[in-house]
Amino acid sequence: MAIGLYIHVPFCIKKCFYCDFTSYLLTFEAADAYLNALSGEIRMYGHTLPHGLREVSSVYIGGGTPTCLPACEIRSVLEKIRSVFSLLPECEVTLEANPGTISQEGLQELAECGVNRLSLGIQSFQDSHLGILGRIHTAGEAVEAIHLARKAGFRNLSLDLIYGIPGQTLEEWLETLSRTVDLSPEHISAYGLQLEEGTPLKRSVEKGEYEKCPEELDLSMYQAAIDFLTDSGYDHYEVSNFARTGKQCAHNLVYWMNQPYLGLGPAAHSCLFGERFSNEPLLERYLDKVARGVLPVEHRSILGAGVEMSETMFLGLRLINGVNLNLFLRRYGFEANEIYRAQITGLIEKGLLEQINGFLRLSKKGLPVANRVFSEFV
Amino acid sequence: MEWEKERIRNFCIIAHIDHGKSTLADRLLEYTGAVCGREMTEQVLDQMELERERGITIKMQAVRLNYRAEDGRDYQLNLIDTPGHVDFSYEVSRSLAACEGALLVVDAAQGIEAQTLANVYLALDHNLEIIPVINKIDLPSAEPEIVKKEIEDVIGIDASCAVMASAKHGQGIKEILEQIVAKIPPPGGQPLAPLRAMIFDSHYDPYKGVIAYIRVIEGSVKTGMRVRMMATCKEFELNEVGIFKPVPASIDRLLTGEVGYIAASIKNVQDCRVGDTVTDAGNPASIPLPGYRRVTPMVYCGLYPVDTVGYEDLRDALEKLELNDASLIFEPETSAALGFGFRCGFLGLLHMEIIQERLEREYGLSLITTAPNVIYRITTTTGEVVEIENPSKMPPAGKVDMIEEPYVKATIMTPKDYVGAAMELSQERRGIFDNMEYMGINRVMLTYDMPLSEIIFDFFDQLKSRTKGYASLDYELAGFKQSELVKLDIIIAGEVLDALSVIVHRDKAFYRGRALVEKLRELIPRHLFEIPIQASIGNRIIARDTVRAVRKDVLAKCYGGDISRKRKLLEKQKEGKKRMKQVGNVEIPQEAFMAVLRVGE
Repeated sequence: MAIGLYIHVPFCIKKCFYCDFTSYLLTFEAADAYLNALSGEIRMYGHTLPHGLREVSSVYIGGGTPTCLPACEIRSVLEKIRSVFSLLPECEVTLEANPGTISQEGLQELAECGVNRLSLGIQSFQDSHLGILGRIHTAGEAVEAIHLARKAGFRNLSLDLIYGIPGQTLEEWLETLSRTVDLSPEHISAYGLQLEEGTPLKRSVEKGEYEKCPEELDLSMYQAAIDFLTDSGYDHYEVSNFARTGKQCAHNLVYWMNQPYLGLGPAAHSCLFGERFSNEPLLERYLDKVARGVLPVEHRSILGAGVEMSETMFLGLRLINGVNLNLFLRRYGFEANEIYRAQITGLIEKGLLEQINGFLRLSKKGLPVANRVFSEFV
Repeated sequence: MEWEKERIRNFCIIAHIDHGKSTLADRLLEYTGAVCGREMTEQVLDQMELERERGITIKMQAVRLNYRAEDGRDYQLNLIDTPGHVDFSYEVSRSLAACEGALLVVDAAQGIEAQTLANVYLALDHNLEIIPVINKIDLPSAEPEIVKKEIEDVIGIDASCAVMASAKHGQGIKEILEQIVAKIPPPGGQPLAPLRAMIFDSHYDPYKGVIAYIRVIEGSVKTGMRVRMMATCKEFELNEVGIFKPVPASIDRLLTGEVGYIAASIKNVQDCRVGDTVTDAGNPASIPLPGYRRVTPMVYCGLYPVDTVGYEDLRDALEKLELNDASLIFEPETSAALGFGFRCGFLGLLHMEIIQERLEREYGLSLITTAPNVIYRITTTTGEVVEIENPSKMPPAGKVDMIEEPYVKATIMTPKDYVGAAMELSQERRGIFDNMEYMGINRVMLTYDMPLSEIIFDFFDQLKSRTKGYASLDYELAGFKQSELVKLDIIIAGEVLDALSVIVHRDKAFYRGRALVEKLRELIPRHLFEIPIQASIGNRIIARDTVRAVRKDVLAKCYGGDISRKRKLLEKQKEGKKRMKQVGNVEIPQEAFMAVLRVGE
């Protein structure tokens, strides 16, 4: 069975105000040590991983900001991966890119070494919003980055957008959406801003420097994104994701369909053989473990069948098509309708779920309050 | 030791919470060798975990100490522990009746508190010899001379020989023991008269049945004797007579003046009531000892399982607690909102909280507790008099001629700087001023007639917060009085929630209704639909508010690294739901049913 492969690059030029991912400020020494350890980790899997699990259907290099490393380093990471894993012919290879950290030559090299999909963090076309979010680029630079990527030959671009930014109006959001569509990316992710614990943005809101986006407006923006992007020919296929036909993100589908994946690098998570494990999030400890020749895993937990089934449900329900009930039955030997009879009946009665052509999915009413549905399955 | 009545001393310790009673008892036990320091868990007299946490004694024990005094003779000292809280004042009076003397322990830094005073007066009523002990003299803020003067001024007893002690450091213990021997009179009573022994406490032991703690007033009691409880007329054959040292030790007999326990495979504490007189069935005494009365619960609340299937478990648990607690009463009741549960009666708020906590902690039950209320006496238009212990049982307004509610005489002691604050609060709570008295230069004693319902409505917390923690409170029941009362209903999503109905004074109904509705709006979580909340008197809506609907609640992102974290988030959401009671379509958290207690004035 093919797996998805995730590589975490834990460096940024500057951390965005809303981000709570593991990331360090980039220094030459740290990057060097990290890249060495990453090669070590890849080699270790070369010794331990059964060959059946080395077929890779998607690679996703995320962060942090992968593009703050020189392109030649990405090339060498991909080469090392190829020496241990076998990438299937149609393998999607995505790299997250920050418009503030790319160059024509760099993009050229990335395209040459096999990166075939770029995910660009655009977030907004209003510079004032980018300032609030703490992004290092302007809207103009983002547009420029997209042109450069096209010039370098990228045929599969994804743009990340954020709505619900403090002070953002519905009109501004519609403008961002329409300018995005004008650039005709193959894929768009539109995320409602979440104020995560411990982030500077959350603190600013708590201190009253910014006003949190009101729930009604947040909802209107979400509805506007769905309507506008669907009208513009994008298929709304996951809670926050939209794609042209055939351009859904293969790697992220692995997560939502609860398929196996392996994560490399600090803080990366994996799910293989019914076990979930996560790497040391602290760079130092990650480096130390690899240097001692042990897998840099911090935490492991075996998922029982119950947990696995519940995750298949709440992850699968993120997809607009929903959970394929037939696949569920084949995978676990039980009908989802049997295992979750009370929950499913209740949620269908409340009009939050619907069952159509062998799929169980969120209704239009259920989509914006999906957590209420998900929590029934945990 | 040979029994010689002249060498028995029965005493108890009177102290305010935190003034060091338990520590002092520990030291006395240690000094007399009843326990040695190492094998002693802290504060051996306080048995239950809960008591230890709250620092109060709920159940009493009696420990026999053997002490060789400086006169070279051996004495039998019986330390009878007393509860320190107003809820248990009847038990206090019974244990005082079992003693000839009392140690009055006063914190050297804090002085006399209302509760101490109430118990000292009780002790003086029983003609007990009082030995003042000024404790915690090691504290930097200790002012023993001022406290000594306070004892003399306020209580009117000679404090010149007061023992200066620090139970914590073992200081003054010997002197206390010597004063006990020298000052407390030995017990009286006719050794050859028919047996009369007073039960001052009891507890249920799963192996031996009820263990009754007794003080032999006259005659003697021995194993194998057939005894009669004079109030309940039940007879039992004693299969054990013993003393606590402090571990129970069975002995052949208890003689006049002695303190110990009896066991007779008694199944039910109700048959063995505190205050009752035990006599020899074969040679009964003609009249029982004075002072017996059945304690009646004054505070009631509804207890419901969160999950309806928990009803049987709740009943089993209540039945078990009842074995040990003769003052707990309960009967099944049904609430339209909450389903099947029990109306439970308690001696007071503390008693109620203790029972609730024990049900949750020891029996693992998840409970909905309705706000406590007092008993109301209602005269209907047809002249019938009914007592209701549940507001939802109140007859319709048109059929009520008069409502009476229980009043208490409340005693508040406060530093003089806070007299204004304490009076203001008492007035707000419909208190009728009775008296004000200076005690020494700095402290004032206020007495008020006040409705009990106002006391149970967070009065003590308010008093503490308005007097920076300095005031103390004591109260005793003082009969029923007519009041202008109305029933306030709460309507949630169009349905009257019977469990939230309260009876309030007419003048406060509007305010209380609005505050309650606001509090409920905060406590009831948002649902996927709007929830109107209203307060009404009869058919008139006096306040309304709305819990807004949830419009958007969805995690924007969920990728590989997020799954376990997001799962935890969802689990938390679900866990929160479990503690709620589903009423119609609306999920209501447990705290909401107590909300009425938490709306500030």
